[in-house]
Amino acid sequence: MKIEELVKAVEGNVVCCHENLKRDVELAFASDLMSDVLTVQVDKLVLLTGLANMQAVRTAEMSDLPAVIFVRNKTVSEDMIRLAEDNGIVLIESPYTLYRASGVLYTMGLKPVY
Amino acid sequence: MHFEYRVQGGDFVRAGQASSQVKKILKQLNVAPQIIKRVVVALYEGEVNIVAHAFQGKIYIDIETDKIRVILDDVGPGIPDIEMAMRPGFSTASPIVREMGFGAGMGLPNIKENTDRMKISSVVGVGTRLEFVVNLKE
Ligand SMILES: Nc1ncnc2c1ncn2[C@@H]1O[C@H](COP(=O)(O)OP(=O)(O)OP(=O)(O)O)[C@@H](O)[C@H]1O
Ligand SMILES: [Mg+2]
Repeated sequence: MKIEELVKAVEGNVVCCHENLKRDVELAFASDLMSDVLTVQVDKLVLLTGLANMQAVRTAEMSDLPAVIFVRNKTVSEDMIRLAEDNGIVLIESPYTLYRASGVLYTMGLKPVY
Repeated sequence: MHFEYRVQGGDFVRAGQASSQVKKILKQLNVAPQIIKRVVVALYEGEVNIVAHAFQGKIYIDIETDKIRVILDDVGPGIPDIEMAMRPGFSTASPIVREMGFGAGMGLPNIKENTDRMKISSVVGVGTRLEFVVNLKE
């Protein structure tokens, strides 16, 4: 599934790295606990989170995640954008709750990790 | 190759900067992406532990042809029971640390998982030293 398809599905606003919207993703993980995310050892993983801070983007950087979806209208800061741009990570803001965004993406066929 | 970085306790904006630098270096050295991920995930967990639990620390990185050695040395409260700290789910993280997205009690077990050798030594009231080695060749 292409990242741009996810954006549409969660009525997302792409904050940065539009050039990578065609990248492919297969799995998703929803969590506000970054150490939990860091235990996941798969590729092509999207993170859904309500944690809109630098560490969410750092976690994506360390785990090689291609995209992060911030739910519930959390706004992304300039520092977060700069770090994401450095690493080509697509940052998406969505008005949906974590539950709704997860449900929509699950129905579309984005697979869970466990 | 040897590198050193300073880490400031409580600074959750900068936490991860050292790990980020090391990631760039390993990329330049053409280390396989899966191995880079193991190194930087372990390093980042260690770096965040200094930020979350200690006052200040230093990270020493030694890259050899076949392995990377990492030492994270901090001045802080130390760990009274290392065996307990290593258990998945054990955490003494403060509410502030939890708000930052940490405190699952997964960091140390995950460092063990991602490294080929790991050792913690600690003196209560003085500080903690975490050392690990990751082989860079499969
Ligand atoms: N550098 C350190 N100085 C003092 N205590 C530490 C240090 N590193 C770890 N600890 C202690 O060990 C516990 C477990 O650490 P671990 O990294 O596994 O979990 P955590 O940091 O609490 O949460 P997480 O890593 O999942 O975000 C910590 O809660 C803390 O009590
Ligand atoms: Mg930790």
